[in-house]
Amino acid sequence: MAIDYKTAIAIIAVAAVCTFATRLFPFALFSKSETIPKSVQYLGKVLPPAVIATLVIYCLKDVNLSQFPSGIAELISIALVVGVHAWKKNTLLSIGLGTACYMILIRTVFA
Amino acid sequence: MIMKKTLKFAFQKSLPVLFGYLFLGSAFGIMLQQEGYNFVWALFCSIFIYAGSGQFLLVSLLSGGATLYVTALMTLLINSRHIFYGLSFLDKFKKMRQMYPYMIFSLTDETYSVLCSCSAIGGIDENKALFFIALFDHLYWIAGSVLGSLMGQYLPFDFAGIEFSMTALFVVIFVEQWKSFKSHIPAVVGLVSATVFLLLLGANNFILPSLIVTVTVLMLCKNKVMEKVGGET
Repeated sequence: MAIDYKTAIAIIAVAAVCTFATRLFPFALFSKSETIPKSVQYLGKVLPPAVIATLVIYCLKDVNLSQFPSGIAELISIALVVGVHAWKKNTLLSIGLGTACYMILIRTVFA
Repeated sequence: MIMKKTLKFAFQKSLPVLFGYLFLGSAFGIMLQQEGYNFVWALFCSIFIYAGSGQFLLVSLLSGGATLYVTALMTLLINSRHIFYGLSFLDKFKKMRQMYPYMIFSLTDETYSVLCSCSAIGGIDENKALFFIALFDHLYWIAGSVLGSLMGQYLPFDFAGIEFSMTALFVVIFVEQWKSFKSHIPAVVGLVSATVFLLLLGANNFILPSLIVTVTVLMLCKNKVMEKVGGET
């Protein structure tokens, strides 16, 4: 430990409070209003697909495009997940096969 | 009877998160251990902070002895995407009464995604089901981080690449929403905006600008989206 434990606890407490604050924000913003504004209801409805799409890209953010294999293992594995899921519609199967494919690829072809 | 069915439903829904959280959690536990903080620290961090990327950031804040201002600012920034998640659950969580604060606290990327893809089935208590999904995910994360700091280097197998299961989870939910959502505009806007901003701003700064632009564009084409989606909004 580079710092004393009281400082460490303070840092952890601040991180906990700030993390909760970001999640609390929308609820606090609209807690008083009896009915939620129509535009916010609309956003609540359409944001999930947009956010999930953003999270897929977020997972790929550390892929280095300028250096081999520049995300090919990720791309192949994602294609497999999409294909298997469109075909079998079994969440665990799609995730399991995709992850296995990725783990094998980074150990063999793209090692 | 209802309780048993509800628990089973929640467990099945949470199962895709299990492996990812166990291993990402243990990666956090190992990192924390290497900085000289044992499993008790990992346990409390994972109970009270409960954020993937946020806790990885925390390790570097602890090792560098960051000031509280820097800690606050960095944590707010790295978690800023969460301010948009609650918008989809404003009414739903409120109806959950005493579970309301916990549902807000535990709304991670993964729990948010699973809850979004969750349509209730007959014979279960929907509110309790949502609560147990959130709770199970949290427990996986806590278990992973404690196991990681306890076993750390003694893992019998090289698990590199297991983190792809989280990517796969988001891809699966993306495919499901692509099929069930009547308008593809939100998914395409999110995908394009995130890709463009990632290329423009790089890995560490893209997500908040990307989400702000996504929200703006979705507001601008509200009429067009609502034409397809329908509903009273």
